[in-house]
Amino acid sequence: MSVIATVTEKNTASLEGKAQMDKSSAFDMQSHADMKAYETIGKPFVKNSKMSARNVNVFYGEKQAILDVSLDIGRNEVLAMIGPSGCGKSTFLRTLNRMNDIIPICEVRGEITLDGEDIYESDQDTVMLRARVGMVFQKPNPFPKSIYENVAYGPRIHGLAHSTAEMDEIVESSLRRAGLFEEVKDQLDKPGTGLSGGQQQRLCIARAIAVSPEVILMDEPCSALDPIATARIEELIDELKENYTIAIVTHSMQQAARVSQRTAYFHLGKLIEVGDTKEIFTMPRHQLTENYITGRFG
Amino acid sequence: MNSMNESSRSSTTIAIQASLKKRYARERRFQWYGRIAVLTGFVFLFILLADIVVKGTPAFTQHFIKLDIDFNAQEMGVGQTPSTGELAAADYSAVVKSSLREMFPDAKGRSEKKALYRLISIRAEYTLRDMVLENPALIGTRAEVWLLAHSEAGSYLKGQVDPATPESDRRVKDMQIAWLDTLAQAGRTESRFNTTFFLSGDSREPELAGIKAALYGSFYTLLVTFCLAFPIGVMAAIYLEEFAPRNRLTDLIEININNLAAVPSIVFGLLGLAVFINFFELPRSAPLVGGIVLSLMTLPTIIITSRAAIQAVSPSIHEAALGVGASKLQTVFHHVLPVAMPGVLTGSIIGMAQALGETAPLLMIGMVAFIMDVPAGVTDPSTVLPVQIYLWADSPERGFTEKTSAAIMVLMAFLILMNGLAVYLRKRFELK
Amino acid sequence: MRQEGGLASLHSLPNHYGYMAAVWAALPAILVLLLWMAFESSILHRLVIAQLPQNVQEMPADELGLYYNQIRGFASGAIDSAQLDRSQIEAAEYYSRVAASFSQLKAVIVVLVAVIGTLLALRRVTPLFRARNHVEKIFEWLLFGCSFIAVLTTLGIVLSVMFEAIRFFQIIPLQDFLFGLQWSPQMAIRANQVAASGSFGFVPLLLGTLLISLVALLIAVPIGLMSAIYLSEYASRNFRAITKPVLEILAGVPTVVYGFFAALTVAPFIRDLGESLGLNVASESALAAGLVMGIMIIPFVMSLSDDIINAVPVSLREASLGMGATMNETIRKVVLPAALPGIVGGVLLAASRAIGETMIVVMAAGLSAKLTINPLEAVTTITVQIVTLLVGDQEFDNPKTLAAFALGLVLFFVTLLLNFIALHVVRKYREQYE
Repeated sequence: MSVIATVTEKNTASLEGKAQMDKSSAFDMQSHADMKAYETIGKPFVKNSKMSARNVNVFYGEKQAILDVSLDIGRNEVLAMIGPSGCGKSTFLRTLNRMNDIIPICEVRGEITLDGEDIYESDQDTVMLRARVGMVFQKPNPFPKSIYENVAYGPRIHGLAHSTAEMDEIVESSLRRAGLFEEVKDQLDKPGTGLSGGQQQRLCIARAIAVSPEVILMDEPCSALDPIATARIEELIDELKENYTIAIVTHSMQQAARVSQRTAYFHLGKLIEVGDTKEIFTMPRHQLTENYITGRFG
Repeated sequence: MNSMNESSRSSTTIAIQASLKKRYARERRFQWYGRIAVLTGFVFLFILLADIVVKGTPAFTQHFIKLDIDFNAQEMGVGQTPSTGELAAADYSAVVKSSLREMFPDAKGRSEKKALYRLISIRAEYTLRDMVLENPALIGTRAEVWLLAHSEAGSYLKGQVDPATPESDRRVKDMQIAWLDTLAQAGRTESRFNTTFFLSGDSREPELAGIKAALYGSFYTLLVTFCLAFPIGVMAAIYLEEFAPRNRLTDLIEININNLAAVPSIVFGLLGLAVFINFFELPRSAPLVGGIVLSLMTLPTIIITSRAAIQAVSPSIHEAALGVGASKLQTVFHHVLPVAMPGVLTGSIIGMAQALGETAPLLMIGMVAFIMDVPAGVTDPSTVLPVQIYLWADSPERGFTEKTSAAIMVLMAFLILMNGLAVYLRKRFELK
Repeated sequence: MRQEGGLASLHSLPNHYGYMAAVWAALPAILVLLLWMAFESSILHRLVIAQLPQNVQEMPADELGLYYNQIRGFASGAIDSAQLDRSQIEAAEYYSRVAASFSQLKAVIVVLVAVIGTLLALRRVTPLFRARNHVEKIFEWLLFGCSFIAVLTTLGIVLSVMFEAIRFFQIIPLQDFLFGLQWSPQMAIRANQVAASGSFGFVPLLLGTLLISLVALLIAVPIGLMSAIYLSEYASRNFRAITKPVLEILAGVPTVVYGFFAALTVAPFIRDLGESLGLNVASESALAAGLVMGIMIIPFVMSLSDDIINAVPVSLREASLGMGATMNETIRKVVLPAALPGIVGGVLLAASRAIGETMIVVMAAGLSAKLTINPLEAVTTITVQIVTLLVGDQEFDNPKTLAAFALGLVLFFVTLLLNFIALHVVRKYREQYE
């Protein structure tokens, strides 16, 4: 806490440094000998796809985190991505709205389209893309602002509301859709950080849907929550799929089974198997998938 | 349901599309503010350094003027076969003056002659005296002698005086310029490396002033500072890191260390004045008191950085040493401290660099005296380099401006050296 | 060593018994020596003064001081006897005698203490004696003593400054000092009496100090903060690796160098610039001193901001960027508001720096206390006045000299308060995100 220490021992950790650390587990991947292209088992492609990835490879500097993944996300479906830690599922999720751009050493190759448009085209801009493809993170991360301002943040920066009344309406409907309005309607001016963990995560969902995205990416949204709060979020995801396309990364196979229509199993940067959730959990075709869902490792 | 979402989405994209141009412009503007801020810092640094280097560089050379000196015994006020004592007391300025008059008979009135004499530094007398004392046979002969130019004449010869400015605005007058030009054309002027600057103490005459006394003063002061601050600082750090129990007293000590780090340096000067000089009656203007005050000032830096270095030593070393039955003290002194030493030294060097550049507290304890002689010990009156800079910067003579800048260059060279050493140590430490 | 049972019968290693004897011999002796050296000259002073004739003893303190210094000078051979009167020469002889016997006495006592210490230690040495623990306990106390010096220093500052300040307030009433609008300590000297005219009014100094500090902060905070933002959020790794250390050179430049730069380069430049614009700028304008002080503080603000901005969790940035906010929107609307308390703390620390900075203002600010908030005029500051009042010979019961300590007291507490608040705010801010 001393002045001298803060001045002389410069804390050079920056955004990229921290982000990299979060992803450091991905670095282990290259140690795996078998880095050849791999043919995914199952049904990676669907007819009516909202987003599709083709031959996506992701590198952190020298190290490869994602190996040749091709996968579609169907319109208004919930796609679950499961797999052991460091398997690349979060990395893949972040390529879908170009969050990896924040990390300078990260390089994405291959093609990812949203409604048929390549999102990595140079004239595509991330502002528009991220407004259309929203994201909910592992740990609830409300801004240190009021509940109202948290939800109004997106519409405000994008200029979506033209009057206070309009903004009030957006905030209310977003909170309603996130199933939070009734709980917080009397304390909209209280800080969002004062809510319980589950409420915070629903606030983050409300914040994400306030800009009317088409796709919502969820990165282990329940990993920091208790079972009751988790159940509440899972219900919410089920309701949201009426209006949105959802891709969810999860650690919990039960959760994947409960909320998703399709499930993709990742292992060491490769997409091993994709299929209807029921099929994956009842009759996995690949040995690795079976090992994982029967709890032999994880 | 779906169609509602589609329609709201299109209105969203339209709204975003409309705002995009403005937002990207703002983004670019914001980045430019950042670039401009960094650039401004660079520009300030560049101007500061360039200003000092440009002003200071000329001080490293000195001009000499060659005169035909007639060692006329009568003029010097000595007999034909003078004793050494007589020679030491002889009037050497007279022969310099007559040589100048001889060379430039156009200097008529009193003020013109005075201007003529001002071409040569008063050091000339001592140069001649030393020559004669070494070789008394010179008396009665003529010799060509290189004599140090006066600082004003020197500044003209260095090209620092623009003859085009009105005469009243410059110290070097038209007549002097004409004389100097004549001398220069006759090959009677020469620029040499300024050894005086490094080999003598302060002087009222810019061309004779040097930093030797101040360098010695700085050395003695830092010596005292280091001898006190380093052991005390390291031991305090060891205590706080390894032995201190978690209690009120320890908290008090920590709070004090952190606050002392932020106390203005001049307050330490007041402490030194009131306690060490007035109460303990230690000598004023002495490196001893200066060193004590500076060591109190640098203690927090050394303690804080040493603690960080000790903290960074891996606990396994601790456990290994304690595990074979070493006592806590043995563990610390035999195992922890050697590993932490590079870090501790780095912090101490940074602290010493701070102390070397410090001025204000030393003014309080009287280290601002005019010191010509090199101090011989820690109790002799002395000054230090930064204070010498302060004193010269305050001098009205123009000649001191370049001396000040040159002294700053020397000071900065030492600081760069010390910080470089600290960085080197830190780098090596990190590699391990 | 008595070794009937061999080394193994000893509790500690043999050299620990040796250490113990050495510590017991050296520590008390060194302590006595230090105490002796600390008080020797003042005791000598008292003794010699007491020997002097009555009329000399009744001289004013400053004359007596000079008189005494002449005695000492003569005793050490630095002064010719021609300058002194008879009683001084007698006193000088007395001084030499006492000083000589003092130094003999000193040697005897120190040796005696060392011997007694050694004997005491040796008497306690038996094979079962836990010499190591004993030595280590003493050493631990020594270590504690070293860290306690920090407390003693603070105490020394508070007491010494407070003591002289109280003497000042006995002459000049506190309210005259705190609320007086006029500062001209020289007047009191000329009138040779207590300045009842309120010429020790502190307000103009405070205003001048704040004015210069404000200019400095207006320069340093935007530049430092924006540089920190640019370097941590936008700049490439290589650019940052080069730029940061280069800008930090500014923090390593001694303040006297800045003072020189301010007085000889910046101040004339600003004056000429003002003149060319038709403005009347003082050659020691607050603007020049403040500008240069601002340059000095830039790296300080930059490092603090850098730390504080980096303490804002990445997750907040990701949340904002993930919704399609641009980088500057994220910084301005999420990062900076979240970092605000920390930044306020950092600015307070910088302000405390600026207020306590001495050399720049001594060299580049004015001497006369003016009640103005115009940065183009010359103002004076607390630190400038402390230096002006104390450089040169001082008499210790003159309000002019004592005033410097009153100013020092104010300076100490103002900076202490600012630091305390700032560190508290910054710590609270850090805890919020831990």
